[in-house]
Amino acid sequence: MTDVAQLGAIGRDLARRDGWAKITGTAPYAYESPVRRPLFCGPVQATIARGTVTGMDTAAALTVDGVIDVVTPFGAEQLASTSDKELAVLQTTDVAFRGQFIGAVIAESPHAAREAADLVAVTYRTAEHDTRLRPDRDDLYTPDTVAPDFPADTGQGDPDRAMATADVTVQQTYTTPMYHNNPMEPHATTALWDGSDLTLWDSTQGVHPVRAAIAEVFGLDEDRVHVVCPYVGGGFGSKGTPHAHVVLAALAARTIPGRPVKLALTRQQMFSLAGYRTPTIQRVGLAADRSGRLAAVTMDVVEQTSRIKEFAEQTGLPARMMYAAPHRRTTHRLAALDVPVNSWMRAPGECPGMFGPEVAMDELAVSLGMDPIELRVRNEPDVDPESGRPFSSRNLVACLRTGADRFGWAGRDPLPGRRREGDWLVGTGVAASVYPANRMPASTAVIRYQDGRYVAEIGAADLGTGTWTTLAQIAADALDEPVERTEVRIGDTRYPFASVAGGSSGIATWGSAVVEAAREFRRKFGRDPDDGDAAEASLTDNPAASRYSTYAFGAQFAEARVHAGTGEIRVPRLYGVFAAGRIVNPRTARSQFVGGMTMGLSMALFEQSLFDHRFGHVVNHDLAEYHIATNADVPDVRADWLDEHDPHVNPLGTKGIGEIGIVGTAAAVANAVHHATGVRVRDLPVTLDRALPGR
Amino acid sequence: MRADIELRVDGRPCRTTLDTRTSLLDLLRDDLGDTSVKKGCDHGQCGACTVLRDGRRVLACLTLAVTCQGSDVTTAAGLGSAERPHPVQRAFGDHDALQCGYCTPGQVCSAVAVLDEIRDGVPSAVTPDVAGRPELSSAEVAERMSGNLCRCGAYVNIVAAVRDAGREVVGG
Repeated sequence: MTDVAQLGAIGRDLARRDGWAKITGTAPYAYESPVRRPLFCGPVQATIARGTVTGMDTAAALTVDGVIDVVTPFGAEQLASTSDKELAVLQTTDVAFRGQFIGAVIAESPHAAREAADLVAVTYRTAEHDTRLRPDRDDLYTPDTVAPDFPADTGQGDPDRAMATADVTVQQTYTTPMYHNNPMEPHATTALWDGSDLTLWDSTQGVHPVRAAIAEVFGLDEDRVHVVCPYVGGGFGSKGTPHAHVVLAALAARTIPGRPVKLALTRQQMFSLAGYRTPTIQRVGLAADRSGRLAAVTMDVVEQTSRIKEFAEQTGLPARMMYAAPHRRTTHRLAALDVPVNSWMRAPGECPGMFGPEVAMDELAVSLGMDPIELRVRNEPDVDPESGRPFSSRNLVACLRTGADRFGWAGRDPLPGRRREGDWLVGTGVAASVYPANRMPASTAVIRYQDGRYVAEIGAADLGTGTWTTLAQIAADALDEPVERTEVRIGDTRYPFASVAGGSSGIATWGSAVVEAAREFRRKFGRDPDDGDAAEASLTDNPAASRYSTYAFGAQFAEARVHAGTGEIRVPRLYGVFAAGRIVNPRTARSQFVGGMTMGLSMALFEQSLFDHRFGHVVNHDLAEYHIATNADVPDVRADWLDEHDPHVNPLGTKGIGEIGIVGTAAAVANAVHHATGVRVRDLPVTLDRALPGR
Repeated sequence: MRADIELRVDGRPCRTTLDTRTSLLDLLRDDLGDTSVKKGCDHGQCGACTVLRDGRRVLACLTLAVTCQGSDVTTAAGLGSAERPHPVQRAFGDHDALQCGYCTPGQVCSAVAVLDEIRDGVPSAVTPDVAGRPELSSAEVAERMSGNLCRCGAYVNIVAAVRDAGREVVGG
C-alpha cells in the first residue's frame, strides 16, 4: 500500500533546511533558550556507590556570592510519583550509584553554582557495593521481558543435541564493553514555572514523551507542561527518555517561581547520569553440516541493569530471525548492580547482538573453508524463523552480492594472514546488518494553509536525521504541491502528539501521520483552501504489520591493515549496502548510513567505558579518554542502497535508517582483522594488544 | 578578582567586566549571549567551541577571556551571511557536512583556519615534506580537522566540504 500517488519531492536530493542555522550556530539548543534573567543549577553528586546520606552542610555553599538556595533530600519537595526511581530525584537519602544527584545549588551564575556545589559538605553511611558483571554470578536472573517488550528466552527444537551431533560447530564467548552515547551536545534543560504551569526547554528525542513523564512526576495535567526542543545536538538514544537532570532542573526552578533555571550536564556528569549501553557477554553456538547449512543457533546473553530501574537490552534478538536453523535457543540473564542507570543506545539489541553472531559466522566459514558470503546466502530463511511469518521484503542476499561486487570481493583468498604490503598485514571482512522496520502506534499531524503555504505541524524531533527537510518532502507529495510551498513545524508540545524519535521509527510514524492529515485536509478543503484552513489526522492501523515480519537489511565490508610490528590497526575502507525501503532524501539518508557506520567503526576500534569497581565510576569519563573516532580515523566510508519497494511497511514504503548503519560494522572490522592477521579477536574493542600476531 | 576588557566579537565592539577565571567560551555564551559557539566538553577535548581569534583558531574553553583584551574574535555566525556565505559555510551545506549541528560551528571555524594554514605552508603531522608546500589532500584535511569531534559521523562529508571550499580559498 505504498499509496502516496505523486512522487515529486520524495526521493529528491535536497539540502537540509536547518543547514544554515546550524552552520552559523544560530539554531538554538536547549541551554540557549531565549529566557530572561536565568538562574543556574549546580548539581551535587554522591561520591559513594552505595549507602545513605547522613548529613549535608550547606553553610559554606550559601556564602558564595550569587548563591540563592541549596536543595537537598532533607528539604526537597515531595514528588507526586516516585515509581520511576531514576526520576525520583532527592526523594530519599539512599545512594544507589556513584554520581547520583543528592542536591542542587541555585545561583545567579553558572560559576557560582558549580563552585558552591563543590562546597556542600556531605557525610555518608557507606554500604558495600557490587558492580561486577560476571557470567558465573549466582544471582543472575531472567527478566520478565527484554526491551521494549520481547520475551527474554526463546527456543525451538533441541539445540544442544544438534550441537553435539553436527559436523562442524562454533561455540565461543564474545564480549562488548560498556559504551556511552556521548552526543556532542551535553544534556541540558531550562525550566520555568509560572504558577502551576511548567515550561521545559529540553534536549530530547521526544517532547511529548518528556511531557508525559514530567507531568506524572510532578502530578500535573499534561496540558500544564510545555516542552520545547527545535534542535537536538545528537541523542543516539540517550535523549530518548528523560533522565534525572530534567526533574532536578524543574525541582530547582520551583523554589524560585518566575525565574528560569538552566542546567547543563558536564561531559563528566554524562557518564553517570545520561544512560549508557550495558556491557554484554554473549555465548554463541553455531552448528552446521559440511555444506554449511545451519542446524542450530544459540545465543545466551549476560548483561547488567541498575538495581533501581531495570533495563534489559534485547541483545539476543537478531539471533532469533537472521538465519534459518531448525534448532535454536536465545536467553537473557541480568545482574542487578549498584551502577548508573543504563538505557537506550543506537540500535539497542541489534548493535551488540550482531557482533558475536556475525563473528561466529565468520569463524564457521573459516572452519568450513567456505566464503563467508556464501555461508550467509546458504542460510537465508524463507520466512522469519522466529514467527513463521513472511518477510515484507528481505534483500540481504542482494546487499551481500551487490556489496561484494562494488567492494571488490571476488577472488579473495580466504586464508588469513597471507597478504602483506610493507610492514602492514592486509585483510578484508564482511558482516550482515539488520534493523526492524518499526512504526510507533500513535502520532498526529496538522496541515494548515497559511500565507499561501502549506504547513505541517507535529511534535516530532530532528536529531540531525533530517526531519525538518524530509517531513516537508512527504507533506509536499501527500498534498501534491511543490516542496517549496511546504513548511514544517516540529519540536514543541503545542503541536500535535508525536512519538519518540527512537527505534528508527520517526519517518515511518510521523510521515504516515502527515500523509493522513494531508488527505483529511484535501477531503475537507479541496485544492483551493482559504487562509487559516487546517485539518488534523492521526496514524491509522497498518493491518499488514501483523501479517509480515518487517526489517531492513544490509551488508558491510571492511578492509583492515594491521602493522606487523606494533599491531596498530587502521581501517582504510568501509563500505555498506542497505535495503531499507524507499529513501526520502538521498543526501540526508547517506549521512545517516555513513554516520552509523562511522560510529560502528568507532565501536570496533576505540570505544569502551572503563569502570573502576573499587569506587563504582567510569574512570575515562571525558572525550580525551573515552575515545571516539576522529576525522583521521575515518578515511573512506561509503554507503549505497538498493532500490527497494516494500508495499507493506507503511503508506510511504520507508524503513528506518538511523540505526542500521551501526549494526554489523564492528563484526566486519573484527573479521577483516582476522583475515589480515589470523588473530581472532572476540572482545571489543579490537585494540592492538589483542590483534598483534603471535601475541 | 575582576577585570575590565574590551574586544570585538564578529566585528561588534564589546566592553565588559568579568571574573578573571572566566573562559572566552563562557564570556561569549553566558555573559554576551553569543551562543553560536558551543560547549561540548569544556576541557579542550572536542573542538565544539573553536573560534577564530585574530584569524587563528583557538579553543574558547581553554582561552581565558582576560587574555583577549583588544582581540578580534570571529564565530561561525560572523563569517558570512545567507546571501554571501563564506566558501566553507557554502560547502558544508552542499556536502551535508553536518547532522545534529552541534559541533558544526566549531568545525566551520576550524576549517577556515585550516585552509589558511595550508595556504600559508604550515605543515602537519602527515605532510610528506615539511619543507615543501602542503597539499589540499584528504589526508591533510582529515589530520588537521581531527581536533573537532563529530559524533554523528559526518567526517567524510566534512573533508569533502573543506577540500571543495579550499579550491576557492587556497586554489588548486
